[in-house]
Amino acid sequence: MSSTPERRPNLYALTWRLPIIFWQFIFFVGPVLFMVAMSFFLVKNYRMTEAFEFVNWTRMLTRGFFWDSYWYTVFIASVSTVCAMCIAFPAAFTLAFRASESTRRWAIFLLIIPFFTSYLVRTFSWFVILSESGVVNAMLGYIGLGPYTMLNTNFGTLVGYMTLTLPLVVILQTVTMANIDKTLVEAARNLGCSPLRTIWQVIIPLSKTGLIIAAIFCFILSFGDFVAPFYLGGSQEPTLPILILDTTKSGQQWPRAAVVAIMMMLTLFAIAFTGIALAYRKGRGAK
Amino acid sequence: MIKPTLTSSMFGLNRRQLLKAGGAAVLTTPFVSRAWAATTEINMLAWYGHGEPDVVAEYEEANNVKFVPKYYAGGDNMLALIAQSPPGTYDLILSDAEFVQQLNLAGYIEEMNPADYPLDDMLHEDFTKFPGHWSDGKMYSMMLRGGHLGVSYNKNSVTEEEAQSYGCFWKPELEGKVGHFDWHLPTLGMMSLYDGNGAGLWNLDDGQWSKVQETTMSLRKQVGGFFDYGGTFNGLKNGEMQAMVGIGDWITGVLEKDGAPVASVIPKEGGIQFTESYSIGKGSEKAEEAKKFIQYMMSPEGQVKSAQMAAYPGFCVTKAGRAALIEADRAEAERSHQIDGDPQDPITLINEGRIHYRDIPQQQSLEDWNDFWSEYKSA
Repeated sequence: MSSTPERRPNLYALTWRLPIIFWQFIFFVGPVLFMVAMSFFLVKNYRMTEAFEFVNWTRMLTRGFFWDSYWYTVFIASVSTVCAMCIAFPAAFTLAFRASESTRRWAIFLLIIPFFTSYLVRTFSWFVILSESGVVNAMLGYIGLGPYTMLNTNFGTLVGYMTLTLPLVVILQTVTMANIDKTLVEAARNLGCSPLRTIWQVIIPLSKTGLIIAAIFCFILSFGDFVAPFYLGGSQEPTLPILILDTTKSGQQWPRAAVVAIMMMLTLFAIAFTGIALAYRKGRGAK
Repeated sequence: MIKPTLTSSMFGLNRRQLLKAGGAAVLTTPFVSRAWAATTEINMLAWYGHGEPDVVAEYEEANNVKFVPKYYAGGDNMLALIAQSPPGTYDLILSDAEFVQQLNLAGYIEEMNPADYPLDDMLHEDFTKFPGHWSDGKMYSMMLRGGHLGVSYNKNSVTEEEAQSYGCFWKPELEGKVGHFDWHLPTLGMMSLYDGNGAGLWNLDDGQWSKVQETTMSLRKQVGGFFDYGGTFNGLKNGEMQAMVGIGDWITGVLEKDGAPVASVIPKEGGIQFTESYSIGKGSEKAEEAKKFIQYMMSPEGQVKSAQMAAYPGFCVTKAGRAALIEADRAEAERSHQIDGDPQDPITLINEGRIHYRDIPQQQSLEDWNDFWSEYKSA
């Protein structure tokens, strides 16, 4: 009979792990549990009262406007993710494979700079650029085009989403691709692979994990963003974060807003877990 | 050169003197704090602007008080903030008139003594016993100011004649250029007026409510966006929106003063009045100070401050207040039609029966209206 040495819990290591466990419990698990409980509460005279009623769930989930908002939010966040990934890729590719180490470092630093300014301020600055009397339409006017309506449209919302997500997506893609073993890329080229095929069959599969993580981040940030669809999209149609605001504004229906928030979280969990499973799945040609 | 040492510092103090000075500073600190604390803090719950320096700074300086404003947007929001706070949190509560009754029913406000306020000087008899401000012959709120909501438009796209009816919002040239202030109550009230419900605009039976929903839905294709306070300003100012539903001079007035080609009129179907009133919070330990401030705001000087408020204008409600405004700022009095004989004079409009006080739906719940508003936004 073989005996394995009995593993004792390492109290020292456990002690150092405790703060993050407490943090997660107090600021994530606890509030989420409270939100779930709150979705069953009732509001009487603008005050929440403890209860266990399904009325908030049935009221929200049977309303057409909820599902309209839900599918619109999924749609616009998906479009945002595709746009950000496509716009970011050439920039990230250039930084990862064509730029020098110092240029890459500077580029990443410059990409971080937008985060120094409030996202709300960056969003408001688009008013000057996108309005009908703004910079873009003024320039288009010189060549006899426009004016075009860009604010209060889906385009405006997407511009806001790009403001929020694009720098992060470029950074994540750059870091991922910069860590690819360059000899594999060179080997593909030496073996006669065209540049495009090298990207499709070598670079993208090798950076799959990072690319998917970047896409997940982009989707999560767009899906939950209130500022862009409200200020640049003119709140039409309302996304789920706007619906949460509307629900709390009238009658202080926090329990119904909790239902919307839980549906958002469930969606994001499903997308994040699927994405991560895809990212770490070992397929053909994977390392 | 002699280097400073612990016993001979650069400030010419020796160690003993330094310790003495330090000790004195420490010991007198509590008295310094007490001197600062002598300023009375008054917690105010109000719409944005009412606690800003342009309104309260002079009063604060003259009375050694400091207002600590907590701003809200919408009566629901106000009620929730009070409901979630311990009694006595707010000394002074500025409320829209339609919510005063609910404040009173919930026991959030103190009874007020009518003799303390200039009720005999009000510009209109309705203002003396304003609906909802009184209960069982007791007064619970003092009307401070009002404003009228109607057709707000850009003069370059809508003529003054067209603006005489809410029908101008359906003008084909305005497709995608009509904005909404993102609150169901004023917009649906206006749609109700457009449907011809007149004085019964808030008291809709099922048929009338269906018709209002239908009318509102037919406007959807014209709508370019739903905006908060700041977005509404921006939309009108940068020309993205050429007409706005749900607002009035309280927004266009600020832009007009800034030179923007915008205006608000009360159309033939009638307009809606928002009414702002001050109440004293139940359990307030500074009820006397709060009363004194309300008296100041009801004085001619306070009424002028209120009418000129930078955040958004409102009309005077006392005769003395209006006279003081005309004397102090005739241009603003003329711009806001607070001149006797002006056809758009707020008081004349009320007398002509063209103004209806904003209320909450009588036969539907606020939730029903809000649900429809969400449907409308996603349509």
